[in-house]
Formats: sequence, structure tokens, C-alpha cells
Amino acid sequence: METVIREIDQKSSSRPWAAVLVLVFGLSAILFSIAASISVGAADIRLATVWDALFHYDARQTAHAVIRDLRLPRSLADVLVGAGFAVAGAIMQGMTRNPLADAGLLGINAGSTLAVAVCFAFFSGLSYQAIIFWSFCGAAVAAALVYGVSALSRGGVTPIRLVLAGAAVSALFTSLSEGIAIHFQLSQELAFWFVGGVAGVKWSQLKLLAPWLVSAFVFALLLGRSITLLSFGEEVAAGLGQKTKMVKLAGAIVVLMLAGGAVSAVGPIGFVGLIVPHLARFVVGVDYRYVIPCSAVLGGLLMIWADIGARMINPPYETPIGVLFALIGVPFFLYVSRKRKGEFA
Amino acid sequence: MSRRRMVIPFLFLCLLVIVAISLHAGASSMDPMEVVKTLVGMGTAQQKLILFEFRLPRMLVAILAGAGLALSGCVIQTISRNPLADPGLLGISTGAGVAVVLYLSLFPTGADAPALFLPFLAFIGGALAAGLVFALSYERQQGLLPGRIVLTGVAVAAGLSALMTVLSLRLSRELYQFAAVWLTGSIWGATWDYVWALLPWVMGLFLFASYKARVLDALSFGETIATGLGAAVTKEQLQLLAAAVALAAASVSVSGGIGFIGLIAPHLARRLVGAHHAYVVPASALLGACLLLGADTVGRAVLQPSEIHAGIVVAIVGAPYFLYVLARSAR
Repeated sequence: METVIREIDQKSSSRPWAAVLVLVFGLSAILFSIAASISVGAADIRLATVWDALFHYDARQTAHAVIRDLRLPRSLADVLVGAGFAVAGAIMQGMTRNPLADAGLLGINAGSTLAVAVCFAFFSGLSYQAIIFWSFCGAAVAAALVYGVSALSRGGVTPIRLVLAGAAVSALFTSLSEGIAIHFQLSQELAFWFVGGVAGVKWSQLKLLAPWLVSAFVFALLLGRSITLLSFGEEVAAGLGQKTKMVKLAGAIVVLMLAGGAVSAVGPIGFVGLIVPHLARFVVGVDYRYVIPCSAVLGGLLMIWADIGARMINPPYETPIGVLFALIGVPFFLYVSRKRKGEFA
Repeated sequence: MSRRRMVIPFLFLCLLVIVAISLHAGASSMDPMEVVKTLVGMGTAQQKLILFEFRLPRMLVAILAGAGLALSGCVIQTISRNPLADPGLLGISTGAGVAVVLYLSLFPTGADAPALFLPFLAFIGGALAAGLVFALSYERQQGLLPGRIVLTGVAVAAGLSALMTVLSLRLSRELYQFAAVWLTGSIWGATWDYVWALLPWVMGLFLFASYKARVLDALSFGETIATGLGAAVTKEQLQLLAAAVALAAASVSVSGGIGFIGLIAPHLARRLVGAHHAYVVPASALLGACLLLGADTVGRAVLQPSEIHAGIVVAIVGAPYFLYVLARSAR
């Protein structure tokens, strides 16, 4: 045990000061980006007007109304949702020791999507709150399936097996969702949502989403230390007196809350949860007490800039933000899977 | 006669039974006697029209595409020595889809193009995607890495489907509906033209795979042993891969994005006839044909008058089977 702990000490070259820097600069960058994001769009609005709309609101000016009712909730949703996907990814990667874990790849997003498609098609009058709840349930079913199948196999849970099970569950749930969409003629409406879009987020949605996600963030922060231990392996964590089953259960619930909530608002956006934790670990080391908050900040920042990019690529049309992430994320995924040759050969 | 040899006539019989059911099922149902009468030329004009212009070509396309996908999966699984490989997982269907949607978005009148043009495009797209996946999972000293193929395939498919979504969101509503139906896997190219287009590919490559049965046997032991047995491993691998990609891309081009058949059929075939490819190859082809024709029939019959696409039916059956195989696999 002594040697193991020493090894952990060596490996966990965590850099708290780097984490503080990321948090301070990241948060101020987010504030600046929100302002930038608000002023970019179909109608060009100067930063001074943005300032006025926020602090000297004048209901008679259209620009102010656009800012208050469309752009501001949208930017805030970007930050929240980006942070949600990123933290979900960080926790999954830490808990399963799988560098390829991500809500999109592991089928969780597809589960939420199916649940939302069912809500759209069969219970069109549902409140947004109910949709978040069902989205969460869909995510839970998918996660249980993917993890259960991998855990049942003879060799136990391995990264390849998780990815494969995720791909199969995604294929199943996606084709069911598409079947529903085609049958009920919802295709193109749902399609935009399937690939992720923040455009439609309203205050009423945000008010329900924010407490849900923020409480999940708090749980995630509390789990930081336990996840660091788990990321060194279950035996090590158990040897250090950790109740690994409890931690895994808690971690899974947090992941589902984050991913389910985020998907219900903006659709299944993959790869955020894959990329951001890698960046965070690269900067702050392997201690999840720092990785989790930094992932949240970086995820929010990445998402808001992706959203700005999505609006600027082909104006006045919006490029679906999920697509942008897939285009960045796929090379990243290939890079990670090539770098760890031994594990994935 | 050994059990193995019994299996193949038995599967053939199964296919005939499904054909009979499929002929009967549909929006305007015909009873078996009427079908037989029409087949020998004694039906009414309307019965002839339904049978010869709608039902028969559609069935034949389903049979050929199913057999093609299954054969392709069989070859890919053997070469990569990965029981979970499948043309759908390797991005072939997605690549084909991107090519079709790209064409539709560049030439919005494209749905009226000559019947065989879209499948041809799909074929090129699928082949390119497969080429990319294999290039990325090839390592100079170690050859093709089975685990890497799967991971790369999942990633490339994700990237391509994102690309496809961008393109398809810009289509007009009608074209979008057309593309969406195509992408979920529906036997849409159901005229005699498509039958004749697909037939030489599937038959030719089926004969090729049967001819290579012993090479496939050798390759399934791994590269070192295959080399020891006298196979020119890399050359054979590449030839067989090309055949597998051609089969999958040709099939996908008329049937859309149907996954899982290439996974299930060879797997079941191995359980039924053992490991020798002289038996696995024909058994896979027959099982694939049964599966796709069965799925298409169920899709047409269940939710009348609207249809569930065969691809969705296959996914509902195939994904759980895939998970089951995954849970049992040791590696």
C-alpha cells in the first residue's frame, strides 16, 4: 500500500495554481464571451447597446428586447450546457478510467433523444419540466444498458467494450427516434434538435434547467476527491478505505443529471465531454478536485465560442453546433485512441 | 449427410418460406393460390402489375442486399479477426449517405436522376469512407489492428454523420423526407433496374468469397499462422477487403443505411455450421437474405398502411443481439 500511495503522489502531479489561473481567467473570459455572443447575430448590435440593455433596459427599443429575451438566455444556456457536458465527461472518464468516455459516445445522449422524441410524438402537450425528467430517464436507461452489458462480459469493463456497447445502443435508440420522427412527420423539426441547437432556449426553460444543473455541479465538486481515487483503479480506492460502489452510484447519478438536463435543452451534443476533460487534465493534472471545476469553466467557454462560430460560418443560417463539435471531436478521438496504442490495439 | 450440409438446404427452405409470406403480405393482399396463378401467367392485369412490378423486384432487391451485407460482414469479421466488426460500424453506410445527400444538395432536382446514378454515388462514398477507416487503422509493423478498426470506424461514422446532417438540413422539405427515408434504411430502389444492377455484384463477389474460402480459413487463425500456411497475407487481405467494401457499398446503395445484418448473419452462420468458410460463406449469405427480406416484410405488414423501414426493424432485432454477443465476448 505504501508504494501505491507513493506512486499516486508521483503521478498526481496536480497543479493547484494552474487550476486557480484557469478558474479566474476562464470565468472572466466567459463574461467577456457572453457579451461578445450577445452582440453577434442576425441583427448586429453594438457592445454599448448590450450594456444599456442589461443595465438601463428600455422596453421600447427592439434591440434591447432581442438582447434580453433571445440572446441573453441563449448565451447563459451555452455556458450551463457546455459545463454540464464537460463535467459529465470528466466524471465518466475518471470513474471508468476510459479516456474515450463521453455522453455522446456512450449512448447516453441517444437515450435522452429517444425519450424526447417520444414526448414530442405522443405527449405533445408536456411541460418543459416533464421533458427534462423524461430525458433524464432516457439517459439512465441507455447508461444502464451500456454499462450493464460491458460489466456482464467475461473480461469486465474495458474502453473498447464501452465504446462498442455505446455505439450499438446509440444505433438502436437513434433508429427508433428516427422511426418515430419519420412516422409522425417530425423529421426536420426534430433533426435540428437532434444535432444540437441552442437557438430556441427561452427564459422559462433556463429557469428550470439552471437549478437542476447547478445542483448537479455541486454534487460533482463534492465527489472530486473520491473520483481522483477511483481514477487510480478500484483496488487502490478500496484499499484506501473508499466505498467504491457508493461513489460509482453517486457519480452515475450526477452524470445522468448533467447529460440528461443538457440534452433536454439543446439536443445530443457529443464530443464536448470528450475533449474538455483532456484539456483540463493537461493543464491542472490528475486531481479531480481541480479537473471538475476547470472542466466546467472550459466547457462553458468552448460551447459559447462554438455557438458564436455556428452563427458566423454561414449567416443568416445557423450551422448546428453539434456538427461543429463532431468535426473537431472526431480527429481528437482518433488522436486519443492512437496515442494509447497498447490499450486499443 | 453431416449436420453442416443439412443447414444450407434448410436455410434455403427458410428463405422460400419468407418469400411466400412476403408475397402474401402487403397493402393489397393476395392469397397463395392467386400468387401461383399470377406467376404462371393466369392472373388479372392488376395482380400481374402488383406482383411483377412492385413485389417481386422489391423482394429480390431485399434478398440481394441482405446477402451482400452479410457476406461483407463475414469477410470483414474474418480479416479483422473481430467478431463485432460490421460494414455499418465501419462507416460504409454513412459514407454512402454523405455522397447521396451531398449530391441532392448540390443538384436539388437530383431525385429524378437516372435510377442507377444514386447507387453509384453511394458506392463511391462508401468505398471512400471504408478506405479512410482502414488507412487510419493500419500500422506499418503490425498490419491491421482489429481493435483500432472498430474505434476508428465509430469515430469516422460520427464525423460523417455530422457532415450529413449539416447538408441535409439545407434540403427542401420534400428532398429531406426522401433523404431521411433513404438513410434509415428502406428498400427504396425497388424496380427491375436495381435488381439487374445489384445481381452481378452480389453473385460475382459471392463466387469470389467462396473461391477464397480456404484463404479466409487461414486468415482467421491470425497473420502469423496464415503466413505459415502459405497465404500472402497482405495481398489477400487487401483483395478481400476490396470485395467486402464493394459488396457493402453496392448493397447500401439500394437499401440505405441498414446496420447489423453484416454482424448478425455471419455470427449466426458460424454457430450453425462451424468455422469452415466453405460453409460459413453460403450460410451467411442465406441468413442475410432471410433477415432483410423478413425485416422488410414485417415493416410493411405491421403498421399498415404506413411502413416501418426495414433498417429500423433490423436495428430493433440487431442491437440487442449485438449487445448479447458483446457481453459474451472474452476480449
